[in-house]
Amino acid sequence: MLTSLLARASGTLFCLSLLLMATVSSLVFGHIPVSLDMLVASLMDYDPGSLEHLVVRTERFARTITALVVGAGLAIAGVLMQTLTRNQLASPGILGINAGAMFFVVIGATLFSLTSPSELVWVAFIGAATAAFLVYFLGQEAGRGISPVRTVLAGVAVTALFVSFAQGLLIFNQDRFESILFWLAGSVSGRELNAILPLLPLFGLALLVALLLSRQLNLLGLDDEVTRGLGLRVGHARLLIGLVVIVLAGTSVAMAGLIGFVGLIVPHMARGIFGTDHRWLLPMSAILGATLMLAADTVARMIIPPQEVPVGVMTALLGTPLFLYLARHVRKVS
Amino acid sequence: MTRSLVLRTPGDRWSVKLNVRVLVVTLALAVLLAISSVLALASGSHPTSFVDVLGTLANPAQSELTLIILEIRLPRVIMAILVGGALGSAGLILQGLVRNPLASPDVIGITSGASAAAVLFLWLGGVTGTSLLLAPVAMGGAFSVALCITALAWQQGISPARLVLVGVGLAAALTAVTTLLLVLSPDSTAMNAYIWLTGSLYASQWHDVTALTPWLALCLPLALIKLRHLDAQSMGEDMALGLGSALHGHRLLFLVLAVALAGSAVAYAGAVGFIGLIAPHMARRLVTSGHTGLLPVAALIGALILLYADWIGRVIFIPRDLPAGIFVAGIGAPFFVYLLYRLRRNLG
Repeated sequence: MLTSLLARASGTLFCLSLLLMATVSSLVFGHIPVSLDMLVASLMDYDPGSLEHLVVRTERFARTITALVVGAGLAIAGVLMQTLTRNQLASPGILGINAGAMFFVVIGATLFSLTSPSELVWVAFIGAATAAFLVYFLGQEAGRGISPVRTVLAGVAVTALFVSFAQGLLIFNQDRFESILFWLAGSVSGRELNAILPLLPLFGLALLVALLLSRQLNLLGLDDEVTRGLGLRVGHARLLIGLVVIVLAGTSVAMAGLIGFVGLIVPHMARGIFGTDHRWLLPMSAILGATLMLAADTVARMIIPPQEVPVGVMTALLGTPLFLYLARHVRKVS
Repeated sequence: MTRSLVLRTPGDRWSVKLNVRVLVVTLALAVLLAISSVLALASGSHPTSFVDVLGTLANPAQSELTLIILEIRLPRVIMAILVGGALGSAGLILQGLVRNPLASPDVIGITSGASAAAVLFLWLGGVTGTSLLLAPVAMGGAFSVALCITALAWQQGISPARLVLVGVGLAAALTAVTTLLLVLSPDSTAMNAYIWLTGSLYASQWHDVTALTPWLALCLPLALIKLRHLDAQSMGEDMALGLGSALHGHRLLFLVLAVALAGSAVAYAGAVGFIGLIAPHMARRLVTSGHTGLLPVAALIGALILLYADWIGRVIFIPRDLPAGIFVAGIGAPFFVYLLYRLRRNLG
């Protein structure tokens, strides 16, 4: 763990350079490789006649932005949830928030013919909030407050509920098979830049609120009575954090469907490097989350060309070993 | 006070204590199941009367009606009962084992293992859901996953909490693999796989019944005899050890029983969810008893749920035959929300 300011600053610099590398490779690699010169040219001096320029400007650029935003959002949501529930296994994917948002998005897309993410995102918020409410109430155990194992089980049961509903819709609505599968599998491809842009202000606002709450988040890690004694309105802070989680997870799902485990892995990585102070933890998780997502998406394009592995599958396969490791040590951490 | 009947062999070598309420409820559910089965046999795209159904069952003659009832509807109805019963019992055993009311075969990864294996098989062969090998492959998947869960969760014995968490983690990874295979397969195969994943009893045949029956015939009696150890465990590990129950040995046995029941059911009917989660709770609402008494009640309720879910999917949307799994989720979800409310009230 990096403790001195100098070490943390160099750590930050390192993470930022990783992010830059991931961003560039996300723009460069793929079915049609683009050279670095070509990339710079396509951004500076756009020529619609060139295939490479067209690919970068119309497809990869939007895809890179989506991956960046989704990765950062899910990672921050993961940090907030782990602090809020004091549960190392919490994340928007495992606790069913993503699944709730996904199911409502699927309903919006199939039954009400909503298509653009800026319309779907509101439906996603309702879904995320519903799931969060269900899991919160199911996760409590008599006298002992929120128990980690019980919360995880509640999350999984709620996920199963929403996923089986989505699958049911899929069978009723076979002509929308491709579109529903997109949401279930999770993907950052096929989005146009214009469709994503309206979501960014909202997303930025949620990020800002999360960063402003750093101090309160540090206090929430303490015992409830200590926190109150230090003058924090625990209920208000929890509610606000919950809202931020719902906005972040809902936006991510409206953009990219079900993408699991980013919200679980990244906070643990960031905590391992930068410690538990949220003033460092939150921004670093955002950077690492974006990097991980970009890297997963880039690798997903290259494994079995010309087909792509859905990026949600990639993150799940990356995240499972860590989850299993945490699961084996749950007694020690809780 | 619960009234009980005690049956003894001469000389008191063996004795069985039966809870009267459990007996009554079991009998009532069995009668309900029998009536529902006849109802299910009588309805379909070729409607038949109750009298015809009973007549055909009692005295099969060479006719079109006999073919419809005995070769098409009857195996399907029996499969619904067997699969539902197996899933209900597996859920009860798992919830007792993990000591958590939210555990079920689909939550802790057994169903995901069967699903991943089945979808892999469909993807490799591109065959339709009727292939004879599909069921054994899916069962293999369920057992391998259970083995992995046990191996990964083993630290000087099985701890229920670790078992659940490891199961949840593996389930997530397997779901990812299943999704990957679905995305990679051509649309027709993917649709087939999806119907399997939802759970459907479409085109069940007699050989399915004969393949599934031995599993239940083996597991259910064994569970009935052994479940009293689960009651001991529910009082805490120390109490169970003090009462002379082999804690980890019995946990392993119950895990194997639950996997065998759920794995075989899912192998033949596809990944039907929720029955394992809700049937035990409904059983607990009806009778207050140890696990031994709950088992037949949970099994019968599971059978009833799947029978009606399949009936709805088969009859209401004629000419379409929709997978029963959709309607299990449809029945299961409202009950799940109710359960949530009740668990909350109990705790508050």
